[in-house]
Amino acid sequence: MLFKIGSLLMTPAARYGLLALAILFPFLASNEYQVYVMASAFVWAIAVYGLNIITGFCGQLNLAHGGFFAIGAYTLGLLTADHGWSFWPAFLAALLMTAALGFLVGVVSLRLKEHYFAIFTLCVGFIIYLLIDKWEELTHGPIGVRDIAAPYGFGLVDFTETTPFYYLVLAFLVLAIWFMGRLSRSLLGRTFIAIRNGDELAESLGINLMRNKVLAFVLSTTYAGLAGALYAGMVRFIGPEEANITHTFDMITYLLVGGIGTITGPLLGTVGIVWITQSLQFLEEYRMIIFGPLLVVLVIFFPRGITGQFLSWMHHKAQAMQPRHKARASKVTAPQEARNNA
Amino acid sequence: MNLFFQQIINGLTLGSIYGLVALGLTLVYGILHIPNFAHGALYMVGAFMSYFFMVDLGVHYWLAMAGSAAVVAILGVLCERLVFHPLRHSPPIHDKIAAIGILLFLEALVQMFWGSDFRRMSSPFTGIMNFDGLIIPEQRLLIIAGAFTLVFALQMFLRKTMTGATIIAMAQSREGAFLVGIDANRVAMMTFAISGALAAIAATLYAPINLVYPAMGHLVIMKAFVIIILGGMGSIPGAIAGGMIIGFAEAFGGFYISTAYKDIIAFGLLVLILSVRPQGLFAKGAH
Amino acid sequence: MLKVEHLTKMFGGLAAVNDVSVVFEAGKINAIIGPNGAGKSTFFNLISGMHQPTSGRILLDGVDVTRLRCDKVAQLGVGRTFQTTNLFEQATVLDNLIVGHRLRTKSGLWDVLVNSKRLQAEEKASRDKAREALDFVGLSHVENQYIADITQEQRKRVAFALALATDPKIVLLDEPAAGVNPEETEGFAALMKKMVANGLTVCLIEHKMDMIMSLADKIMVLDHGEKIAEGTPEQVRSNPLVIEAYLGSDEDVAA
Repeated sequence: MLFKIGSLLMTPAARYGLLALAILFPFLASNEYQVYVMASAFVWAIAVYGLNIITGFCGQLNLAHGGFFAIGAYTLGLLTADHGWSFWPAFLAALLMTAALGFLVGVVSLRLKEHYFAIFTLCVGFIIYLLIDKWEELTHGPIGVRDIAAPYGFGLVDFTETTPFYYLVLAFLVLAIWFMGRLSRSLLGRTFIAIRNGDELAESLGINLMRNKVLAFVLSTTYAGLAGALYAGMVRFIGPEEANITHTFDMITYLLVGGIGTITGPLLGTVGIVWITQSLQFLEEYRMIIFGPLLVVLVIFFPRGITGQFLSWMHHKAQAMQPRHKARASKVTAPQEARNNA
Repeated sequence: MNLFFQQIINGLTLGSIYGLVALGLTLVYGILHIPNFAHGALYMVGAFMSYFFMVDLGVHYWLAMAGSAAVVAILGVLCERLVFHPLRHSPPIHDKIAAIGILLFLEALVQMFWGSDFRRMSSPFTGIMNFDGLIIPEQRLLIIAGAFTLVFALQMFLRKTMTGATIIAMAQSREGAFLVGIDANRVAMMTFAISGALAAIAATLYAPINLVYPAMGHLVIMKAFVIIILGGMGSIPGAIAGGMIIGFAEAFGGFYISTAYKDIIAFGLLVLILSVRPQGLFAKGAH
Repeated sequence: MLKVEHLTKMFGGLAAVNDVSVVFEAGKINAIIGPNGAGKSTFFNLISGMHQPTSGRILLDGVDVTRLRCDKVAQLGVGRTFQTTNLFEQATVLDNLIVGHRLRTKSGLWDVLVNSKRLQAEEKASRDKAREALDFVGLSHVENQYIADITQEQRKRVAFALALATDPKIVLLDEPAAGVNPEETEGFAALMKKMVANGLTVCLIEHKMDMIMSLADKIMVLDHGEKIAEGTPEQVRSNPLVIEAYLGSDEDVAA
């Protein structure tokens, strides 16, 4: 029975069902605040998908991810608030900025292996925070940036309203997931996974390490920039705290809980934890008393999170139900996503 | 000229603290190949423990330091047993994430008990020594002397005792140490204990001229990482030399260039050095 | 096929490989043996481009590959396996193998975005190639099993298949039969013979002497980074230098 529900969840129909649910959410929600919370969860989910590309697929723990989120937010914020740009051009500039900076940081940092890369990006994240906090002429320092433009709807919709903005974010989220799914199934995604399995092996398979790692890194920072820009357009007021390392740690938690290296994981983890934190208000400040040990337990016992655990379980069910000698022809038995993930 | 000497004293003070923290980090890295992101949290817990012993229990500074070192040493051992030991065969990304989990937990825990306010911790050494216009607060002198004593004691321990020798043996070759019958678990626990105690002592030494708050470990741990990369990860002399380099760079950079950006100096240095030499300043060959 | 001239690699003052010259002929099984620490793995790393030699030249079919990066060398037709191979445990055997043919494909980010014809064709080609390699190593029946669920011996065969999926001309096998039982060892020997029969050149490092002696066409013996002997199994077996090298290091050449 459970297995049937499980396989249903992985069918395209279930995905459209989820999408329909997301579209209907503003009508199901009991108040506007819930829509707002969901929109912000989606914004974070987009950033977590970015982290999933470089860390989940490519296996490089990037601790500057929150920094790039902040760069996206600040690029949009400063261009619209201080330089009179309107939203969409500034939005595009935010994407280009995070991609370009991602390229520069990537070229330097990705020559470093494993621990060195993690430590280096930790420092890069901190440099970003310090620059935002101290470079007052550019960023207003600790005061932050006010009066950030909201996206304009070309006279059709008003994105300063919560519900239209929710749909805007949902559209970008769907786009982000769609690309992620396509990437993971493609030869390019498989290349990233080969790098995660090990640099030496990947190189011996003729894979250009630097080119592929930098590409994965730029993709991930662009996702972070996209999320950051949407965030700035949503809250309209940002400060140096957006670059705080705790955001990166939050995103790692979302990714780990949902399932690192999977397609649905980042969404499940982010939306799940954001709502749990919301509904248990007392958790807000001390949430890490629970999430800290949770991270430890996850990496020890369930390193692939909810989704990964579920997929393994599904796979074994499918294998068990299939007579052994037929396994070769059993294309349909492997759950859709299990194949997509590889 | 006096101002210049003043900066030397500042550099020595900072370098001593950074060196002690980096020493613990590099020991753990050398033996277990774990970049312990939670090390800064251990440092922070060390400061709060001393604060607790002194302010809430009214214990003397030295006793508080010893108590804090003991508590954090045990905490370090617990981390090793409960978290890093079960993860020893996992992909390297896992123990980094687990270390981050420990860091988040400890910070939230301390914040729950003490709040996120900035606190002052006093020490009995509040006097100021004046050498012909060159002013040195006693606490700074204590930091420098304390750090040198500890480093010397650690060297003695590693070179002259059996336990120390096993730690060095294991740092050089984990498999080799296993073959000659060294109890790897015991060495790992011992290393974490030493590393935690060093962090707690450093925090207790530094707290009286600084502030105590839950996020106080962030900057320190990041700088300690910069230091052990500069000095070669796992290298003990490298950690001390690296600590001094960063301490002096900050003291002089903060004074002659800009106070606002002094914290960036260490990271700027790291970016610069790793861009040119990905294996660090003193490391030989590929890592 | 593969010609190595005066190859030397220094690691901080120590010569891991010292002035080694050798020719590996096409369509043969070439073995490299030697005591532990003789520089065998370093020699492989030099050929495959993972390390840069201090001096000397490496020619692959007359093309100088001495200074090429690892991935370029692989593209020119040098496949290799490692003593341990990390694979994606929670993915199927086939999924793990598809990337093996990546180096023969060109699709980039743009192809992924628009799902181009080229990408589709290349993905199909890679999948077919993976199946072909899997069939070659005799593992078609586990194609849909997770790596985590297959045996140690099957893992080793998957590693072989991964190297084969790169369309190599020569394969470097690092201790292919380490940690497998005698019966399985025979299976690997048969597999190597099959590779050669299919036009590949095989070059392996191995400790199992009985296997080497019956399998190899040519053996090179390294000791302390230097080539001390070279020739057919018979020639090597009776070489006094070889006997001494092995007696001096607790290993038995006849074992």
